[in-house]
Amino acid sequence: MALYSEKVMDHFLNPRNVGTMEEANGVGEVGNAKCGDIMKIYLDIDENQIIRDVKFETFGCGSAIASSSMATELIKGQPVSEALALTNKAVTEALGGLPAHKIHCSVLAEEAIKAAVKDYYDREGIEYDPADFPDESACAHCH
Amino acid sequence: MEIYADNAATTKMSKTAINAMLPYMEEIYGNPSSLHTTGQIAAEHLLDARERIAKCIGAETNEIYFTSGGSEADNQAIISAAKNGAKKNKKHIISTAFEHHAVLHTLNKLEKEGFEIELLSVGKTGTVTAEQVKEAIREDTCLVTIMYANNEIGSILPISEIGAVCKEIGVTFHTDAVQAAGHVHINVKEQNIDLLSLSAHKFHGPKGIGVLYARKGILLTNIIEGGGQERGKRAGTENIPAIMGMAAALEEAVNNLDKNSEKLTKLRDKLISGLSEIPHSTLNGDPVNRLPGNVHFIFEGIEGESLLLLLDAKGIRASSGSACTSGSLDPSHVLLSIGHPHEIAHGSVRLTFSEENTEEEIDYILKAVPEVVSYLRNMSPLWRDKVNGIKPFVLQ
Repeated sequence: MALYSEKVMDHFLNPRNVGTMEEANGVGEVGNAKCGDIMKIYLDIDENQIIRDVKFETFGCGSAIASSSMATELIKGQPVSEALALTNKAVTEALGGLPAHKIHCSVLAEEAIKAAVKDYYDREGIEYDPADFPDESACAHCH
Repeated sequence: MEIYADNAATTKMSKTAINAMLPYMEEIYGNPSSLHTTGQIAAEHLLDARERIAKCIGAETNEIYFTSGGSEADNQAIISAAKNGAKKNKKHIISTAFEHHAVLHTLNKLEKEGFEIELLSVGKTGTVTAEQVKEAIREDTCLVTIMYANNEIGSILPISEIGAVCKEIGVTFHTDAVQAAGHVHINVKEQNIDLLSLSAHKFHGPKGIGVLYARKGILLTNIIEGGGQERGKRAGTENIPAIMGMAAALEEAVNNLDKNSEKLTKLRDKLISGLSEIPHSTLNGDPVNRLPGNVHFIFEGIEGESLLLLLDAKGIRASSGSACTSGSLDPSHVLLSIGHPHEIAHGSVRLTFSEENTEEEIDYILKAVPEVVSYLRNMSPLWRDKVNGIKPFVLQ
């Protein structure tokens, strides 16, 4: 199908890391129902700050689901610092590109991961610069 | 299995229509404006098609104007009526909130030129009453333009009643019948329709051809200037192959209308009744006065584009009014017009059938849709929050 790349369709039709996680120590949710997409990321981070496991739940279009799936693949087994450095551009590139009006889906994936890491920092009492994290109550692409 | 369930978007051409077109590419290829024999033979066939199309909708032959399709016909009808009104200082136009964009965008343009546009509310059911129209008509109303049937949610509007009101008061009445022509009986005289648009590819005819019917006495404004075709009201050499295909397709649709409608209504109602069993869902559009081939649902907690793509992967070609399918951020104006909040308007799916669809296909869809809906709900954090009572359900 010409709308999406093969990679996007693969991650949409066979999403990796779908589900919830009871033992998560960092959970982030961004987006809202009005806009038509919500992403929730669950992180299991070990004592060495390595992401042992990651799960996602997404309400949204095909590219939102594919972006979530790809983003979780990119950060699984990585140190938290790498997850924080993940950009929407990296997600889009890994997916072989997204249509212009779907780029916000990759932004949402980046923000969901940041929100989950922030939650982890809050829970663990780890200090951070709030300026490094987007305001998760604001929906980037909505007015 | 491959199931084409997007017949409101376009239909497959019928063999009848294709066969009707072929001679006009190889043998009867003349330009009807030419004075020589080759041209005049083409002109005779063109006149014949015009007569047959007129007959299908109860019009006179010289009330039929060929256009490039429904959008052009809508544009020309509305602009003509507005110009005619402006001459008498009447600049108030009545329409509905859920018209096709070919109508709404033309009205937006007129609004910028100083016309006052009043869009009637279509309520939860997605229809208007003749009383609403009557109450809205003013001294300075120059046009009532109301669609015959809605392209998304399938409601059939009370066109005869609205026509009667407009005739009684003396206001020009246009109806966009793109979804209705060939699917419901239309008689412009009996229904007091002054202007009507239709498009061939919605009833198994070719794309790129349509009709504007304009009652005798209604002055048309040209949208396309040039030669004197269509009695000087629409320039451009006539697309005779397409016109012949349209005439054949419309005749076939009208001749088989009752039979097709009966078959489709049965399939439609079976599908509606099966899909209604999915919890937290709703059928949209008028459940009674409804296009025989239209099924339109919203499933809470999921997004329409992903539903569409998963159905596509299972071979079912459907459509959705979700924002993500349109490239805009807002879901379809039709779903918002019937009062759905954005949140659930994103979760819509439209399945539209033709007489070629079978009961076996309906059974397959009835199995596939609930599977896909529950798969997507299972990965939706919104759905989880609703099930856990953190967020309220919109649909009970």
